[in-house]
Amino acid sequence: MSRTIRIRKGANIRLKGRPATSIVDAPPAAIYAVQPPDFTGVIPKLRVKEGDAVVAGSSLFFSKDCPSVQFSSPVSGVVKSIIRGAKRKILAVLIEADEQGKAESFPIIDPKTADRTAILGAMLNGGLFAFVQQRPFAVAADPAITPRSIHISGFNSAPLSPDMAVALNGRMEDFQTGIDALNQLAGSEGVHIGVRSNETIFSGIEGAKMTQFEGPHPAGNVGVQIHHAAPLNKGEVLWTMHAEDVANLGVLLSKGRYEPLRVIGAGGSEHPAPQHMRALAGIALTSLVGGHQDAENTRYISGDPLTGTDASAAGFLGGLHHQVTLLPEGNEPKFLLTDGWLSPGLKKFSLSRSYPTWLMPKSKEFTMDTNSNGEERAFVVTGQYEPVFPFDIYPVQLIKSIMANDIDGMEKLGIYEVAPEDFALCEYACTSKIAVQKVVRDGLDMLKKELG
Amino acid sequence: MKALHNILDSIRPHFEEGGKLSKFWVVFDSLETFAFTPGHTNKNGVHIRDGVDLKRTMFLVILALVPALLFGTWNQGHQYLLSIGEISVSDAWNTMIWDKLLIGAWKVLPLVVVSYGVGLGIEFLFAGFRKHSINEGFLVSGMLIPLIMPIDVPLWMVAVAVAFSVIIAKEVFGGTGMNILNVALTARAFLFFAYPKQLSGEIWIHEVAASKSGGLLVDGYTGATALGELASTVGKPIMNADVTSVMGMFDAGGMYSLSNAFLGLIPGSIGETSALAILIGAALLIWTGIGSWKVMSSFLVGGLVMGFLFNLMGMNAYMTLPPIHQVVMGGFMFGMVFMATDPVSAAQTERGKWIYGFLGGFLSIMIRVFNPAYPEGVMMAILFMNVMAPLIDHYVIQANVSKREKRAMLASAQRATA
Repeated sequence: MSRTIRIRKGANIRLKGRPATSIVDAPPAAIYAVQPPDFTGVIPKLRVKEGDAVVAGSSLFFSKDCPSVQFSSPVSGVVKSIIRGAKRKILAVLIEADEQGKAESFPIIDPKTADRTAILGAMLNGGLFAFVQQRPFAVAADPAITPRSIHISGFNSAPLSPDMAVALNGRMEDFQTGIDALNQLAGSEGVHIGVRSNETIFSGIEGAKMTQFEGPHPAGNVGVQIHHAAPLNKGEVLWTMHAEDVANLGVLLSKGRYEPLRVIGAGGSEHPAPQHMRALAGIALTSLVGGHQDAENTRYISGDPLTGTDASAAGFLGGLHHQVTLLPEGNEPKFLLTDGWLSPGLKKFSLSRSYPTWLMPKSKEFTMDTNSNGEERAFVVTGQYEPVFPFDIYPVQLIKSIMANDIDGMEKLGIYEVAPEDFALCEYACTSKIAVQKVVRDGLDMLKKELG
Repeated sequence: MKALHNILDSIRPHFEEGGKLSKFWVVFDSLETFAFTPGHTNKNGVHIRDGVDLKRTMFLVILALVPALLFGTWNQGHQYLLSIGEISVSDAWNTMIWDKLLIGAWKVLPLVVVSYGVGLGIEFLFAGFRKHSINEGFLVSGMLIPLIMPIDVPLWMVAVAVAFSVIIAKEVFGGTGMNILNVALTARAFLFFAYPKQLSGEIWIHEVAASKSGGLLVDGYTGATALGELASTVGKPIMNADVTSVMGMFDAGGMYSLSNAFLGLIPGSIGETSALAILIGAALLIWTGIGSWKVMSSFLVGGLVMGFLFNLMGMNAYMTLPPIHQVVMGGFMFGMVFMATDPVSAAQTERGKWIYGFLGGFLSIMIRVFNPAYPEGVMMAILFMNVMAPLIDHYVIQANVSKREKRAMLASAQRATA
């Protein structure tokens, strides 16, 4: 019997626009994108140029530091353009999809009998290693390192996130194949899955250590699950992977097809029809927003409202995202008495109890816009991060050590175990409006550079 | 409110870089953001943010101070009328309410104005000089300072104390959020050490010196605070006649009886006398989650424990006072609720807050009894604990660090044997 861990710290932000459990296929988009900045730590080297014909599974670029890691096209078509930013940094490779659905065919491998090198090779060539992340540093994984363990979160807890049971419905056979493969790749500690208590979809899965979790967000964050099930120590490396990509790995090995399928939670108060949508990674957001107009006053977020990226209406689903959220922009000033800091605030959701909304029933959902609800200040209020940060780590002190560039300090305070997303609720709750996730990212980058 | 914002928009260019009034940008900016939460949206990071901001937080603290302020204003008038025999102790509540409030307000309002005027003036200067926006921290400090002043303190002294504390205790460290010592207590400590004669003298009751020389003062009314009276008993035997007469005032029916001290019908600094009014504020702070209930409760326990230990020792009359009586007198309650809980100068770790609060309360009573030269032990105790807070946090964090190191060592040992 697996053990159950109760996460007491955290919070569920009660946003309006939760996706219904119904699921539809997203209308195919004309353009798909693979965006290198989605894969933190990867410096892309292009394999294609504008006008090249590609098929699903063709490598578009590879990682400069780990040339074996391929980033592949999700669809067949033509490379429409390569978008570059400052210093010619590659921001996106755009593929104009054709209707032919041609795909690269990869060798079929039985993970139970194949050896580690064969499975890793298939995963790298097949483009699925791109979706493996590593801790420490929360960056794209290095295939040369054998990870202590591989961790998969079996549920989402972020606001408006898709339901993993809906997403994996009917895919458990592929998922099992993926787990078998990962078992060959993982080191001594094997494969871990964090399951929400009372969730049964994983009950038939073999070859993975199950840990049950209950509690509010961020219990679904893989970082939280690692910390409570098998904490990462200095000097260890482990991999993390999204459960849907494990199933995609199963498809790659058993059918020889690269098919980065995602069941996307499409929601938010501005979404006309919040529901689950099936689509391929990198799809244009226009296919996911249910015909939503008024791009000017709406924020199109690829990912969840706490960690996602501001993708704009013409943007694409991020490589590691499984969610699209539409929220109203909050770029209008708020008068102090009506909806500013002196207002009764009956519509203001707050984790602090400084607005009366905390007395409202737990079922009440709120419309939140992207206004920062105040200006950035120095740290003043204390005891605000800890209740939403379920780690045995001092969050404020860690943030301050990063701000002070104190490498030794951040190592001691446990930076190896965390990813920016684990601090998302701290950033949400911060009275002083400090950009906590960015600080953590900078700290991880600094430490990685320092250690070489 | 669109119209108001349009007016602000139309005058904004004058204050921006290159405008005629660009030197006053800070003033414009702070007034604008006071009236309108700016339309800033979240970039790179979370897309939604909590409704709370520092303005809301500080406003709620000021709201929590209102009961103490109102009661203090009334009580100052009450004490004055009592001292000149206009009213008697028995009719505290139902006579001359408006006279009391007016007399109190006549003295309290100028203190508030001077405190805010000087403090915010300095904040504006620093903000303009350093080109950052005004921080809300002084909104609370500016209200706390008058509340811990004696009623007849000269306004120029308040001005000097505010200037000293804002500059030396706060701005030299980098402004709000960076200070080590509580700003309001630093102002009070500055006065205490810079003008000891004036502060220990006859300024606790309005016009008490003039009343005395004019022969108006009621017999037996000294105008001293409860702690001042008690300090006079230290060093004398318990059965001494002076001592028993002082201690008599603390019995039921006496001037400083438990109920009077709890309700606040005693002389003292403006905001500190009424434990009841302060506890109403405390309830608001705890209810909204803004004041740390951990600091408050451990501070109270610390004070009670020390009071109880003194009871056990019982070496002089002061020590025999019941612990509950100790904590409702003087600035203990005010310090506990509004000073010790200042998040910037208190311990910042949750475990540290327990230790910090307990020691603060413990030392408050200890200093007050052991050292009659410092009747207001709370001020000294909290300032001392402000200095000690980083050390407490250090050890709390160090325990966490070594726990993690041990875990890593264990894991690497296991790897080595595997």
